[in-house]
Amino acid sequence: MWTAVLILALLGAVFGMILGYAAVRFRVESNPLVDKIDAILPQTQCGQCTYPGCRPYAQAIADGGADINQCPPGGEAVIHALADLLGRDPKPLNEEHGTHKEKVVVEIDEDLCIGCTLCIQACPVDAILGAAKQMHTVIAEECTGCELCIPPCPVDCIYIIPVRQNVDNWKVPFPEPRPQALP
Amino acid sequence: MNTRLFSFHGGLKLVDFKAGATDQPIQQAPLPPQLVIPLQQHIGTPAEPVVKPGDRVLTGQVIARATGAISANIHASSSGTVSAIEKRPVAHPSGLQAPCIVVTTDGADRWCDSPTITGDDFPHLAPDVLRKLIRQAGIVGMGGAGFPTAVKLKPSGGNSVELLVLNGAECEPYISCDDMLMRERAPAVVSGARIMMHALGARQAVIAIEDNKPESIAAMQAALASAGVGNVSVRAIPAIYPAGGEKQLIKLLTGIEIPAKALPINAGIVCHNVATAAAAHRAVYLGQSSISRIVTLAGHVPRDLNLEVRYGTPVDFLLRSFDINPAQVSAVIIGGPMMGYTLHRGDVPVIKTCNCILVQQQGKRLPYGNHGAAMPCIRCGNCADVCPANLLPQQLYWHAHSRDFDKIQDFHLFDCIECGCCDYVCPSHIPLVQYYRFAKSEIWAQEHDKEKADIARQRHEFRQFRLEREKTERALRHKQKADALHAPSAEAEDLARKKAAIAAAVERVKTRKAQSDTKPRNVDNLSAQQQQLIDEVEARRKQHRRQRTERPPNKNSDAQ
Repeated sequence: MWTAVLILALLGAVFGMILGYAAVRFRVESNPLVDKIDAILPQTQCGQCTYPGCRPYAQAIADGGADINQCPPGGEAVIHALADLLGRDPKPLNEEHGTHKEKVVVEIDEDLCIGCTLCIQACPVDAILGAAKQMHTVIAEECTGCELCIPPCPVDCIYIIPVRQNVDNWKVPFPEPRPQALP
Repeated sequence: MNTRLFSFHGGLKLVDFKAGATDQPIQQAPLPPQLVIPLQQHIGTPAEPVVKPGDRVLTGQVIARATGAISANIHASSSGTVSAIEKRPVAHPSGLQAPCIVVTTDGADRWCDSPTITGDDFPHLAPDVLRKLIRQAGIVGMGGAGFPTAVKLKPSGGNSVELLVLNGAECEPYISCDDMLMRERAPAVVSGARIMMHALGARQAVIAIEDNKPESIAAMQAALASAGVGNVSVRAIPAIYPAGGEKQLIKLLTGIEIPAKALPINAGIVCHNVATAAAAHRAVYLGQSSISRIVTLAGHVPRDLNLEVRYGTPVDFLLRSFDINPAQVSAVIIGGPMMGYTLHRGDVPVIKTCNCILVQQQGKRLPYGNHGAAMPCIRCGNCADVCPANLLPQQLYWHAHSRDFDKIQDFHLFDCIECGCCDYVCPSHIPLVQYYRFAKSEIWAQEHDKEKADIARQRHEFRQFRLEREKTERALRHKQKADALHAPSAEAEDLARKKAAIAAAVERVKTRKAQSDTKPRNVDNLSAQQQQLIDEVEARRKQHRRQRTERPPNKNSDAQ
């Protein structure tokens, strides 16, 4: 009987050491949940969720400090994806943070721009090109449509324009008319 | 090569309406006053214009150059003047506009100097040179997909090509442009096949033709016999729609099923359209770029026709030229009735991939297409029986309908070739393919959004890193400046060192004075006169010292 106890104790010790070593050796540095949440968020970096960017909001959701319905750019799709990921019930978007809108980009009226660089400092993704007293322009491809550059502009020369539809980004519409149930 | 034929799952036996257009030779379509030539007539990146408004261009001249690996040159389809480079409506299911080069034709149709014509020397050319010739000629897949041919002629990923399949199946009802091409220009197809085999390093080629085109089969066999090519053969295949699908055709000919997400080249097979082969022949033998194609004009028209149409010819111009009033037309379909799409307007140009223009008159209906009002799915399963890709169309439909884009991919949505067989047999008239196209474009949009989000994340993270770095750099700079302000400068240090040296010297003298009782020498035995002189000097010195000590300090500093 003592042999059995000894063997079991020994096995326990060996596996414990293996597990302990693995915990140290394969330690995951960041919280993988935060990464997963961050991957779902639209990366607009607009701050409408009251957090300074998408990752801080992801961190807050993971810590339980924020709800999953605070992201207007993501809209319902993001809420559903977050609900799936976190095993919570989806809820409607919290209107306090804004409403879900169509995708936009901004454009600088280059005739009016005075080159103050305020918008450049506001852009969270460095999508505005320019320098002091030089005309600025928006790199439309990189613009996330967060609209953060609009309040700082002293001459109101930044306009919001909807993303233009072209042959490449056109989406096939949902087939109409939908099948009707027979009376 | 074995002569056994295999079969693919599903498919349909369709009634065709090709007789009308095949009982007369190919006609030249008239040259329009204006050609609208889109910059993108192929899969890949649009070409970059190399002309500007006002430039004179000649037929076959490059007017837009391919950008990137998967792209194609665009040539002027006729000589004339570039009148604009702007967005125009193009042949696309969206009905949207895309950048086009508008050429006002002069009617002379003068060709530009053709590049070096290699002709019969091509077997001595390196495959790369041939591919370059074909790329320069702007040839893309003429079967409808429009993939740049030069890219598809390069065996990729270490695959060697055993078999070249030339697709002359042409399984859609109404379309007969490849049929007429093979009847009238069989030697060009054979020569194109040899060029493609050489570029690919393929040992064998098969020209696959549906058995409802006996004239084409005979013409191709005659051309092969007169060219004396042994490793190219003609195979008649059963006319079952969609036998012209790439994977279906390969399955029919070889029994090999190309797996999902794999390409035929992984199995050592490359498939090209017969019209693409003829275009390759034209490029290599005649030095002619791809500027026109054969288009079937069919449907509710006075006479079904096959026309040689220059790219950029507006569809409504063509219709009017052949006595069709665009005002009486209810729909113009580009492509066949099974896979084509309806145009939103008539002023769109014919492009490289446009094989058929199908006209539906007002008040009439083509015998194909999903016309009834959609009713609920009764789960009959007919769609699954006919699916040539072996999918479950009903499941795809449910998931597309409920916008469950993860699930629909589990059912291999992207293996759907949109052949329309399921649509055709659906007793409830559900526009199934529309649902699949909808789901595909939504998934592509999601993927695109995801890519953009990843880029935005990277840029945001880099911005934060940059702000942090700038902050530390600024702090470092400030610290250095502050230190420099408080630290003694080199000049001050030098002065201090000199002062210290002086002070030390004074000290040394003082101590020496104190230590040694040195007295003035030669003061012994002085005469009274001498003593008096000494006293006077001493008195003057004292007075002088007194004056110096009495002098006010500020005056002293002024003097400095």
